[in-house]
Amino acid sequence: MVRRFYGTTLANGFMLGTAQYPSPAILADAFKRSGAAVATVSLRRESGQTRAGQDFWKLIQDLGVHILPNTAGCHSVKEAVTTAHMAREVFDTKWIKLEVIGEEDTLQPDVFGLVEAARILSEDGFQVFPYTTEDLVVADKLLNAGCEVLMPWGAPIGSGLGLNNVFGLRSMRAHFPDVPLVIDAGLGLPSQAAQAMELGFDAVLLNTAVAKAGDPAAMAQAFATAVSAGQMAAAADPMEPRDMAAPSTPVIGKAFLE
Amino acid sequence: MKDVTVIGAGVAGLCVARVLRDRGAQVRLIDRHDGVGPHACSWWAGGMLAPFCEGESAEEPVVRLGQEAARWWDAQTRCVTQNGSLVVSLARDTSDLTRFARRTEGFDTVTQSQIAQMEPDLGDRFSKGLYFPTEAHLAPRQALSVLRDGLIKDGVIFEVADADPTDHARRGLTVDCRGFKAKPNLPDLRGVKGEMLVLSCPEVTLHRPIRLLHPRVPLYVVPRGNGIFMLGATQIEGAAGHHVSARALLELLSAAYALNPAFGEAEVLEIGVDSRPAFADNLPRIRRDGTLIRANGLFRHGFLLAPALARMVADVVFDDTRPEVMDEIAA
Repeated sequence: MVRRFYGTTLANGFMLGTAQYPSPAILADAFKRSGAAVATVSLRRESGQTRAGQDFWKLIQDLGVHILPNTAGCHSVKEAVTTAHMAREVFDTKWIKLEVIGEEDTLQPDVFGLVEAARILSEDGFQVFPYTTEDLVVADKLLNAGCEVLMPWGAPIGSGLGLNNVFGLRSMRAHFPDVPLVIDAGLGLPSQAAQAMELGFDAVLLNTAVAKAGDPAAMAQAFATAVSAGQMAAAADPMEPRDMAAPSTPVIGKAFLE
Repeated sequence: MKDVTVIGAGVAGLCVARVLRDRGAQVRLIDRHDGVGPHACSWWAGGMLAPFCEGESAEEPVVRLGQEAARWWDAQTRCVTQNGSLVVSLARDTSDLTRFARRTEGFDTVTQSQIAQMEPDLGDRFSKGLYFPTEAHLAPRQALSVLRDGLIKDGVIFEVADADPTDHARRGLTVDCRGFKAKPNLPDLRGVKGEMLVLSCPEVTLHRPIRLLHPRVPLYVVPRGNGIFMLGATQIEGAAGHHVSARALLELLSAAYALNPAFGEAEVLEIGVDSRPAFADNLPRIRRDGTLIRANGLFRHGFLLAPALARMVADVVFDDTRPEVMDEIAA
């Protein structure tokens, strides 16, 4: 089942961040080898004023993939809304990954501020990709606020812990069968990305695991392969786990062992 | 005798002028400003000569070419302190230290008591660290002044003018060392913003640069002597502005406070910001177009790589070679 992101069908379920790479050349190489369909870009509020960051933005635009600007590091509704407006101007896109951080240590989203900011931005014509938790009630409120995509965390940003609450994520998938869902944050290894896709998520978004790897381009390709494997597995209708052993070879006709 | 004009008198231009002069050229140095000062981004440098530490995220040439720096600066300026550098992390970030160790070479692992012995003012706050004994640091502003004075003494003419290298190259061999100002001629150059602080904190004594690893807010502190410290580390893409953000200050100061709470009582002497010229792979470049040679893109490695860059520019001038960082030659 292919779910569309605000009307856009993505070539694959890999969204890759653009921060923390050793150099822009390595960043470009990582994108080339990953084939990622979407690049997320963090904006600092100061950068829009001077318009001086254009060289870096141009490098990102030259990647030739969909750009999803990000309100990374915003701690209030007002900050996030201002940043979103700047992003729309800089990148000429309605897409915005909405981050409203509520807790400094875990960088956990402030879900109350998130819903409020999502409503303001959706009413203003933005297409909001909210970074949220796996909480179903919050998810419902985000959809009511105008979001058509949800991005629950796997684990805290940059932690590399993988899918912390598989049960919660599975039930989110089951509750919102028609909504595109993206695992955003916390992935450290390709196997975790594959797991997310096997659970039926539409995409994964990650940054640190690739950017901080010793060989970012190779790690990007490894993640791309895992995303594709997980996606293929989900589409192939995986077997249900069961408690008893089920031999794959029939026992009838075998000699009795005494 | 070779007659060469160098345009731009920051760390790149001064080093190029020095090496050309040492090899027997007659050198003229033109800059828009008189004397060394805040108009050049090398004025705001940390002055760490730490090729091995930089190897954590930089490409191989930085580690190799950077090893020339300490000896060169010491011979030219006597402003170098050869005392190694120390890398530490707070207890919860030890995985960052492990990774740093995995990606670098030329260090000894040091224990809590060894750290306390080397740097008593870090006390027992750090259980483990990496000591890079061959690394060094210098006082950047003093080094630039010494270099400039030496060139004047050796007959290099300094001229204050807003010279156009392309125009100048019609009249003779010209080296463009203008850094980010050369952007209109080097479209693939970008500015990477960095913020720094200078503190006076006589209560604290450090003998060598300290790097505090942190997943979000890395910090380095370089001792300048007499209780003066330079703090830096921010590296912001896509924001080549010329103001220091409150957040950057907050982060730098909290990290310094974690290193030693006495920094909380320090006097803030200076707050600085610069936009460092860099190419896409963060490595420097030499480009030649007839009588015009452009040397640029030192990124955060001004003092570390300028001596090697200058040596290669001189090779181009005198031997017509094609050094490794030369990526473009027009007829």
